Amino acid sequence: MKRLPQAALLPDGKRLHLHDGPIDLIVEAKGKEAEIHAAYQAAVRRFTGLLDELCEELEELRHAADPARCALKGVVARRMHAAVAPFAADCFVTPMAAVAGSVAEEILGAMLGVAQLTRAYVNNGGDIALHLADGEQFTVGLMDRPDGDGLLRTTIAHADDPIRGIATSGRHGRSFSLGIADAVTVLARTASQADAAATIIANAVDLPGHPAIVRCPANALQPDSDLGARLVTRDVGELCASEIEDALDAGSRRARQLLAAGLIEGAALRLHGETVVVGTTETRQSRQLHNRALEHAMHA
Amino acid sequence: MVTDTTSAAIGDKIRCDACPVMCYIKPGAAGACDRYANHDGQLVRVDPHVVLERTVSHGGRLVPFQAGGDWDGKIVHEPSIVVTAIGAGTTYPDYKPAPFIVSSEIDGVDMVTVVTEGIFSYCGVKVKIDTDRYLGPETATVRAQGEAVGHVTTGEYGSQMLSLGGVHHLTGGSKKEGRVTCDALMDLSNCKPVELSIDGGATVVVRAGHPPVVNGVAEERMRVGCGSATIGMFAKQWRGKVDEVVVVDDHITGVLSEHQAGKLLDIPDTGIKMRGRRSTPGRYFQVAEPGTGWGGTRISDPLSVLGPFDPKTARPGMTMLMVSTTGEHAAYYELDAALRPIEKQMPPDLKLSVERIQENCEPALCTVLFMGGAGGSLRAGVTDNPVRLTRSVKDALTRVTSGGAPVYVWPGGGITFMVDVTQMPAGAFGYVPTPALVAPIEFTLKLSDYAALGGHMDFVRPLASLRDSAEIRPMPYIPGRRA
Repeated sequence: MKRLPQAALLPDGKRLHLHDGPIDLIVEAKGKEAEIHAAYQAAVRRFTGLLDELCEELEELRHAADPARCALKGVVARRMHAAVAPFAADCFVTPMAAVAGSVAEEILGAMLGVAQLTRAYVNNGGDIALHLADGEQFTVGLMDRPDGDGLLRTTIAHADDPIRGIATSGRHGRSFSLGIADAVTVLARTASQADAAATIIANAVDLPGHPAIVRCPANALQPDSDLGARLVTRDVGELCASEIEDALDAGSRRARQLLAAGLIEGAALRLHGETVVVGTTETRQSRQLHNRALEHAMHA
Repeated sequence: MVTDTTSAAIGDKIRCDACPVMCYIKPGAAGACDRYANHDGQLVRVDPHVVLERTVSHGGRLVPFQAGGDWDGKIVHEPSIVVTAIGAGTTYPDYKPAPFIVSSEIDGVDMVTVVTEGIFSYCGVKVKIDTDRYLGPETATVRAQGEAVGHVTTGEYGSQMLSLGGVHHLTGGSKKEGRVTCDALMDLSNCKPVELSIDGGATVVVRAGHPPVVNGVAEERMRVGCGSATIGMFAKQWRGKVDEVVVVDDHITGVLSEHQAGKLLDIPDTGIKMRGRRSTPGRYFQVAEPGTGWGGTRISDPLSVLGPFDPKTARPGMTMLMVSTTGEHAAYYELDAALRPIEKQMPPDLKLSVERIQENCEPALCTVLFMGGAGGSLRAGVTDNPVRLTRSVKDALTRVTSGGAPVYVWPGGGITFMVDVTQMPAGAFGYVPTPALVAPIEFTLKLSDYAALGGHMDFVRPLASLRDSAEIRPMPYIPGRRA
C-alpha cells in the first residue's frame, strides 16, 4: 500500500496540517470557501509522494552543490539546487540547506495552480512560503518567547513588496548549524531562497576557535548528515558582550552582502538575547507594539 | 517501546525505514525527523510531540473513531488497542524549536516567529512518598541539583508529600532553575530516579513505582497505622505474651497498658512513664523530634522516649516490647531489680507479632502524579467555540486520557488533570527547552458528540487506517492498570 501522509484540518477549521516523515506543514488559505477547499485538496494531492520523490535523489541532494550545473531531476530538488547555487562557489553548501523552503513553495504553488486565493501561506517548520493578492498584507512578528512580554519586532509584507518567503535558521533547529546564532530570520523573494540564505547567514554568525563553543563532527551525530565531518555547533557557553557583537557583526556582514546581491530582502540575527536587523525598512521596535498589546489586554 | 517499523542494524547504527529518508541512526541519537531514535539498538518512537496545551488548539489528531456503532465507553472499540497522543505526529513544528512560527493571530499579527525554543506550560508533579521518616518541615524548599524545584507540602496518611514544578519554578526563577525543574519533572514523570534534597531535612531519591531512598536507606514499608492505631490493631495478639508494648511514632506513640484497647483487655498498669505530651490515655504526641530513626523520630535508642518506671506499680522481671509503626525497628526488654529496662532476646511469639506488623505494612512506594492544565489556551484558542470542549469534558461526554491512562480532571475551570505516570507508556513525556514539559493528552468522545462539538467530521479516520500507516506502537497491556 502506498504510504499516505497525514492530513487533517486543525480544530480552528481553517488551517491544514500535513505530515510525512520529517516534514510537517501548516497551511492556511484565505479566499472563497470553494477555492480554499480546492486549494487544500491540491495541497494534499501534491504532498502525497513528495517525500518519496525527494528521497529518490537524496544521495545527490546531500552532496555539495555545483554552482554552475544541476543534474537533479525533480522539480523540488532543482529548486533546492537553484536556491543554494549562488552560495556554492564560495562555500560548502548542499541543496539540503533549502529543502524546507522548497517544499513549502511547491505546496503553495500547487494550491495557487487550482484556486484563486487572496492570501495563503505554507509553513514548513518555520520556513514559510507566502502568497499575497493585490492589496493584501502579512504581518510577521519576532517574539522572544510565547509567554514573554510581547513581540520584539514586527514587519509587514505588503502585496507590492517582493517578500514571498520567510525562513529561520539557527543552532537550536533540527538541522545542524556551523555557526552559533540562536536564530537568523530571513525575508526573501521565495521561501527556498530565504531558507538557503538563513542557513548561510546563521553559519556566518560565529567566533571561530572560541573555547566556550562546543563543536562536533556532524556525522558523529547523524551518520548520513549532508555536512559530513564538518564541525557543527552543539553548545555555546557564556560570551561577553563584545564577543556577541563580533559574532553578530560577522553574520550581518554576510547578510549585507546577500542583500546587496539581491538574494534577500532583510534579515534579523539573534544571539544570546541580542538582535541585529539588516535591511528591512519596516521593522519597528517592539516596544510600541507591546504597549499596544498591553492596552488590548487592559481593555479585554 | 518497539515500533512496528522495522530497522536493520549496521554496526552499532540502525537504519530506520519509517519513511523513505531511511536515516542511519547511531545509538542514543534520533533520525532526521527527531521522532525515531536508536535506543540500545532498537528503533523506538521518541516523540510525545503532542504538547499538552496545544493538542486541542493546534489540532492534535484526536483519538480516532469507528465509522459506525455507538461508543461502548472504551477509549476505542478494540479493547486491546489504546490509541494515544504519544507520537501522534507533531501538530506543530515544535521539533525545530528555536525559531518557530506560531500560525495564530496575536495582536493582529498573522504570524509570529519565536526566536527562543518551545512552549510554555503550566504543569508539575505531586509526589507521595510512603515513609514516616522525617523528610523536612512543611513548606521547606525541595531542591534538585541545588536548584529549587518545589516544596514539602502537607503530609498524608503514612506519607510525606512534595509538590514540584509549577509555573514559578519553570519560568519564574533563574534559567538554570527552570531547566533543572524541567529535567526533574520529566525524569520523575518518565519513572526515572531523581535525587531531591530538602532544606533542613533529608535527601531522598524518588522514583515512581519504587521505594523511596531516604538519606541513602531504601524505605521498605509503609506503616499500617499510627502508633496508637497499631496498639488497637494488635493488642489482642500481645495479651498474655508481654506486659507492656510501646509503638514508637513521630505522630502518635501508643502505650498498650494505658491505651483504651489495653483497658478493654484488662491489661494491668506497668508504671511506665512516657516523655512527650499525652493526648488521651495511652496516646502521646511529640515523644521525640522527627527524624529518620525509629517510627519517623530521630531516636536510635527507643528507651530515650521513656522516663523511669514508677516503683509503686512496676516490678522487676516485667517485660516490654518496643516497636516502630512499620515493625522495622523492634526491641524486647525486661526490667532488672532497679526497674531499668534491659534489652533481651525477643521471644519467638513476639517476633511473630512484629512480623505481623511488617506484613500489614504495605510496600513503601513513591508515586508521582503529573498535573497539567489544558485550559488557558483552550479559552484563548482558535477553535470556533473551544469552551464547548471544556464543557464536554465536565459533562463527562468527553473522556480525557493521558498516554492512554485514566486521568482525574479537577472540577472548576479549564481542563486541569492529574495522571499516575506509572500507568503511562515508557518515555511518554518530553520537553521543550522553553522550558516546558510535553505530555500526551487524548480526548475521546462519541462521534455524534464530536459532530455536535463542531468536530471535523471529514477527517475522522477509522482505526484500521492507522494500522496501515506505521503509526501504531504496541504497548504492553498490563491487566488492571489501564481502565
